[in-house]
Formats: sequence, C-alpha cells, structure tokens
Amino acid sequence: MEYINIFVKGIFIENMIFAYFLGMCSYLAVSKTVKTAVGLGMAVIFVLGITVPINFLLEEYFLKEGALKWLSSDFELVDLSFLSFIMFIAVIASMVQLVEMIVEKFSPALYGALGIFLPLIAVNCSILGGSLFMQERQYPSISEATVFGLGSGVGWLLAIVAIAAIREKIQYSNVPAPLRGLGITFIITGLMGMAFMAFMGIEI
Amino acid sequence: MSNDTSTKRESLFSKKNRRLLSDPLNDSNPITVQVLGICSALAITVQLQQAVIMSLSVVFVMIAGNVIVSVLRRVIPDRIRIIVQLVVIAFLVALVDEVLKAFQPDISEKLSVFVGLIITNCIIMGRLEAFALANKPGPSALDAIGNALGYAWILLAVAVVREVCGSGAISLPGMGQVKFLPEAWFISAGGLYENNNLMILPPMALITVGVIIWWQRSKNRALIEEN
Repeated sequence: MEYINIFVKGIFIENMIFAYFLGMCSYLAVSKTVKTAVGLGMAVIFVLGITVPINFLLEEYFLKEGALKWLSSDFELVDLSFLSFIMFIAVIASMVQLVEMIVEKFSPALYGALGIFLPLIAVNCSILGGSLFMQERQYPSISEATVFGLGSGVGWLLAIVAIAAIREKIQYSNVPAPLRGLGITFIITGLMGMAFMAFMGIEI
Repeated sequence: MSNDTSTKRESLFSKKNRRLLSDPLNDSNPITVQVLGICSALAITVQLQQAVIMSLSVVFVMIAGNVIVSVLRRVIPDRIRIIVQLVVIAFLVALVDEVLKAFQPDISEKLSVFVGLIITNCIIMGRLEAFALANKPGPSALDAIGNALGYAWILLAVAVVREVCGSGAISLPGMGQVKFLPEAWFISAGGLYENNNLMILPPMALITVGVIIWWQRSKNRALIEEN
C-alpha cells in the first residue's frame, strides 16, 4: 500500500513538471510530436529508475552524517553531505553513459528508439531533481526510493506525451502570432498544472 | 576548439563585446527566446526574496564557471568536456549551497533542492558549451553576466507579479515580507480587496512567463515562431 501511495503521488500529486517544473527544458524542446515524446519519456523513466536507487545507496552508506559507521566506528561523526551534489551528478553522468553502452550492445532496437535522447538526459533537471528529492524526503528503504523514482518518471512521461498530443492538434488552430510556439505551450502547461492540482490530497 | 589567437587586440568594451552583454537581456533572452534554464526559474518565484537569492547564486555560478572553463579551454580534452564542465559547476554550486546554509538558513530551506538544480540549469551548461569553450576569459565573463542578468530579470519580474498579486506584499532578503496594503482593505476586515491565492500556486508561474513571452514577441515581431 505504501508503495502504491508513493507511486501515485509521484505521478499525479507531485508531478515533476506540473508541481516542480523539473525537466522543463527538454519538455519544451522535444514535445513537438508524440512519437519522440514517448521515446524521451521512456528514457527518463529508465534512467530515474536506475539512478535514484544508486544514489540512495550512496547517500545511505557514504554521504549521510554517520553513514560511514560500517567502515569503522572512528567515522561515526563524519558528515560528507556537502559532497552530495558532485557525487550525484557524477553518478548520473556515468550511469547515463553506461546505460547507453549496455543498451546499444544488448538491445539495438531499444537503442534505436532511445538513442539520441540518452545523452540529453544527463542534464535533464528531473533526473538530478529525483535524487535530490529522494535525499530531502529521506525514504526509509531502497525499494521505496526506487518506486519514487519510477513514479516520477511515469509522471514525466504522462506530462510530455499529453503536451505533445495537444501541440500536434494546436497546429490547426489560429493562435495569436506572438503566442505561437513557446508562449502558448507555457500557458497550456499552466492550465494542465491547474487540472493536475485536483489530485492534491489523494491518498490510497 | 581554440582558434582565437587573433593578433589584433580588442578592447574589452568594444561594440561586439557590448552586444554580448545586451543581447541576452532581450532579443536572445535565455528564458523567453532560447528556452534554457526554465526548470529552476519557475519554481522559486513565489516570493521576491527567494528569487533574488536564486538570481545572485546563478549570476555567481555562471560568471565563475564561464571564466574557469574559458581559462581551461585549451587543457580540457574534447571527449570528456561535459564531465569536466559538470564537475566545475557542481563544485561552484556546492560552494553556494554551503554559503547559503551558513548565512541565509531559512531561505536556503525554502529553496530546498533548487539550489542543487543550478547544476543542471541548461543556461549554464549551454553557455559553457557554446561560448566559454571557444573564447577568452574576458568576453566569456561578459557573456556570462549578460545571460545571467537576462535570466535574473525574468525571474524577478515573475516573482514581483506573483508576490504582489498573490500575497499583497514584497519581500527582500534581510527585510522580511513588507505588506503594503492596509489590513482594513481586505474582505476579512470589512474591505473590498482579497489576495489572489491562485498566483501563489505553481501553474501561475507558467502562465506569467507565457504572458511575458507574448508581450515580448508582440514588441519584437522578428521573434515570432512559425507554429
């Protein structure tokens, strides 16, 4: 039950895009067609589902205050949390690289689908944001952190696919010239955000 | 990568360099035209003081990052430049975060993860890639100042609109929130005015930026997109 709750919260209530605006850059740039949007969304789910648990382990056994206790009791008071930004981003950059190589080797079809999007993802705010939220909210175990990562990824996919579908349709409408493209996308995203706020407070 | 050993020396404030400073403020604004750095820009515009602190942090990280990468541009191997840039930025952001925690603890609390997210702020990476890697430290610093200020003014404008309409107040770091409407004007005290609470909620940040883009593009029609 707890897991479903975290998952649903990640998708609807604390949606990465509508509630925190994370990953907006690629959200705006790659949402012109549904097909590419799905590709990028899948890649985000994939990478969030991998990096959040890894960074959770890193946080739990290296960075947190007293996390180095397993090494020797001398390190009980060591607090390395000031290193977390550098460690997290290094993990993300190298994981993205690694995932890219593994996918290329073992699943060329998936690589063809995700290929160009994977490198983009290293600097997608929602990935680092996922790890930082995981750190801030202090999930008790690795499985909860993983569920949170996957949930936020699915939420991001939902948002980008929805906006891509709307943008495909909006090409046939007569938008005021200065609003075309970026402006109208911002305003639609705002309206979608309002709609998503209706999910607030849901608990399963 | 580094073919800029031009013999003729250019003054730091030549016309070309002044354009580096002024263009990003309007015609190639990082947020409204280049669509970079939106992730962190929108989430922290509920109050002006957060936006001020955030802008200052971005200005600092950007200038320092651009200058450092520009100085190192001949040393950084092409293949691993992204990682090198990320490490430089992450180092600077960690510095900013520690300073904020020490001197502005409550604002640091409110900004929460968004200070860390300066690392993945696309403007910073974008300018490092597009400018600092190919130019001398002087112009790179100007380019950084221009883009950081272009980012900052949008941020501050959105924050002012949202705070004035949403909370009926203005807040600056060190002053706290200053309410400028008399208490008696509010409906709760028998007046006619009520704060628009919608402005505080996340969606209004997007709509406010959308309106700024609308205004900017109707002033400068060259920026209008073809659907």
